[in-house]
Amino acid sequence: MAAAIALIFFYAPLDEDGLNQKIFYFHVPIAFTAYACFGWGGWKALRHLWKRDEDADLESYVAIHLGVIFGLLTLVTGSIWARYRWGHWWVWSEDQLVLFLVLFLFYCAYFMLRFSLPPGPQRANLSAVYALFGVALIPVSILAIRLSQRFIHPIAFDKGGPNMAGSQFFTFCVAVLAMFAVAATLYHLELAGKRLDVRLRELREALQ
Amino acid sequence: MTYFADVGALARKDLLLELRARDTLPAMLLFVVSTLVVFHFVLPVGSSDLAATGLLWVALLFTALLGLSRSFAAEREQGVIDGLVLAPSDRSAIWLGKALSILAFLGLAEVIALPAYALFFKPVSAALVGGVVLADLGIAAVGTLLAAMATASRARELLLPLLFLPLAIPIVIGGVGASVSADPGRYLGLLGLYDALFAIICWASFEYVVTE
Repeated sequence: MAAAIALIFFYAPLDEDGLNQKIFYFHVPIAFTAYACFGWGGWKALRHLWKRDEDADLESYVAIHLGVIFGLLTLVTGSIWARYRWGHWWVWSEDQLVLFLVLFLFYCAYFMLRFSLPPGPQRANLSAVYALFGVALIPVSILAIRLSQRFIHPIAFDKGGPNMAGSQFFTFCVAVLAMFAVAATLYHLELAGKRLDVRLRELREALQ
Repeated sequence: MTYFADVGALARKDLLLELRARDTLPAMLLFVVSTLVVFHFVLPVGSSDLAATGLLWVALLFTALLGLSRSFAAEREQGVIDGLVLAPSDRSAIWLGKALSILAFLGLAEVIALPAYALFFKPVSAALVGGVVLADLGIAAVGTLLAAMATASRARELLLPLLFLPLAIPIVIGGVGASVSADPGRYLGLLGLYDALFAIICWASFEYVVTE
């Protein structure tokens, strides 16, 4: 991660946007990481339903939890970028931002669902089914949002910009890998913490 | 074939209950018409008809939510769902039967809503009707499963709109696109894709929603 930051600030050449182009190396990797978290959460949900893997429920939940955090960061960095690039905090013509807003709402509903159910096999099942819906929603939403631009904005924004030079692309790849590493570390930390909680609760119950 | 017999029996049970008790459908009809009247006052003079088309979709979506939130009420209050789960049939038949009855309610509500819209705002195009039919399929499929989920939770009716609206965004995009665009085929295709994809997921995963 430190290497990525160093590369972002000292190695990658500035393009016509100047300094604020640097946020590209944060925004896009964060977005990729959020997708990866949602995908991982969906995969674990499928494992739970299919193989009756008890641990998969918690793993799916932790992955989605991280996905929501990274999704929120994507929204924030994306709107900062939009502010500098186009002068508005929010641009409806930017497909990715709108998609993340939809996904963010969806996964917030996931938390609402999860917290309004008593812990147990039923909660695990319902959460897993809803997480699977999320994975199906991602491609459908991408398609739908693309299509919606036609009647909401007749003239599509030409994004222009990153025809990446070699050094930029290298920095970008390192940034993506670094963000994945951060996510993986957080995932294992969080998972260990949650498992400890569960274990502690079991021990307490055994003592009483 | 027994599968379809089960589905038919379950759907018939819901329709018969509705025919006798008349809980849901009159409420949906009244709701959709009064929403359209409210929308007339929401749109200032000079608003385009396009805005009215968009609002029609809002009205249809919320009417569907109204119907869906009541859809498992009888099952929950009388404990019917436990009996259905124990019955020797495939669990997805419960979903399909309920989805068909919801579809019937939605269709009936729209038989009133679309002429009312044509009367108040502007004539209805064939693409709009096609969009509404395809959207109904998706709403019934996804909504039934989510209603079963919401019924199991503590928050109940409160949770359903939260679960349903993010999933309904592609339906709204497809529906509005089909009604306002000059080339509706693409949007109808999106709706068809949505229906097929989510119907398969719902059909396959309903078992996990009602069992442990």
